[in-house]
Amino acid sequence: MNDKPEKLIDKKGLRLDGRKADELRPIKLEVGIIPNADGSAYVEHGKNKILAAVYGPREVHPKHLALQDRAVLKCRYHMAPFSVQERKSPAPSRREVELSKVIRESLEPAIFMEYYPRTMIDVFVEVLQADGGTRCASITAAALALADSGIPMKDIVVACAAGKVDDTVVLDLMDAEDKLGAADVPVALMPNQNAVTLLQMDGILTQEEFEKAVNMALEGCRQIYSMQKEALKKKYVNISEEIKEEAEE
Amino acid sequence: MSSIVTRVRKKQISELMATDKRMDGRELTDYREMKIEQGLIERAEGSARIVLGKTEIVVGVKIEMGEPFPDTPNDGVLTVNAELTPMASPKFEAGPPDEKSIELARIVDRGIRESKAIDTAKLVIEPGKKVFVVFVDIYVLNHGGNLIDAAAFAAVSA
Repeated sequence: MNDKPEKLIDKKGLRLDGRKADELRPIKLEVGIIPNADGSAYVEHGKNKILAAVYGPREVHPKHLALQDRAVLKCRYHMAPFSVQERKSPAPSRREVELSKVIRESLEPAIFMEYYPRTMIDVFVEVLQADGGTRCASITAAALALADSGIPMKDIVVACAAGKVDDTVVLDLMDAEDKLGAADVPVALMPNQNAVTLLQMDGILTQEEFEKAVNMALEGCRQIYSMQKEALKKKYVNISEEIKEEAEE
Repeated sequence: MSSIVTRVRKKQISELMATDKRMDGRELTDYREMKIEQGLIERAEGSARIVLGKTEIVVGVKIEMGEPFPDTPNDGVLTVNAELTPMASPKFEAGPPDEKSIELARIVDRGIRESKAIDTAKLVIEPGKKVFVVFVDIYVLNHGGNLIDAAAFAAVSA
């Protein structure tokens, strides 16, 4: 892991996994996979494997957190010990606490919180395998789970990152590019509101590079957004086919 | 998991019992449909996902180098950890493992240990100094009953 390949981008402009600069990793989205939850989603984004589940709106616990005029959103981002190269302790790390907060803040603007006063909406995200860009994939998964739960929302939040590897601005960094690259810019978007709900940057970018990265990430978000819509529709297509089959039997 | 069972349902269950049948059409000794999938977590040294009825569990095995316990210098270390993730049931809460998940982990641990499914003597690199430490992490994703059997099956196949 420690030996850095000389070049993260080859002469033809292709990346370590053969992608072009503005190409996303393969993405698979699925909803409604945890029967006990009110809403759930599974995301495979490259080698990231992430589950999100929504419970609620339900009674607030602990009670003093309840708000009189709106719901409370609670997020828990957690990584399984076997999700990374070196086994991670199952206790929540500072990083996981931060990401929980960031994910919550990027989802909250989309939800009609005022519809459910004195309740709590719980969002649980479990990273089963991590491969760079888990915060974005987690937001995409959590938003899908919220949509699956039927909680009214203004929009579906979707997230994607861009960054700089060697001297090129690229879309959707994977683990190696994230660790060895020069900069990472995760962006979350509400595509129909055209509003950004998360924007972070670490690393060094010029103003032009930053603008290019943000625009690239937004374009990535829009691509993933159409996949989110497909995933939500697919659940009901599957259900209607099952019903048809049963009727034929 | 106590819940209120209506009288009608109680009667239905006991009538079915008398004919050796159950609510979902199974015989008394039938398992629910079980599906095991291996190797879904490429990052882990071993992994398995089990679906038993509505119960769903993922187990990942990580192997690292470490020191043996002073009283067993010629054995590797086996650690089993279970987590009842809050997404698995509305009754589970986030936080450090509670008594339920510790019980689950310890039962699976003893099952693997006492059945000698893993030969811990073979995990030794240098007696008393360096051994392989095997971490078995059990993740309950959906609670649909019989966690102990399901977790043990998944752990062994991982």
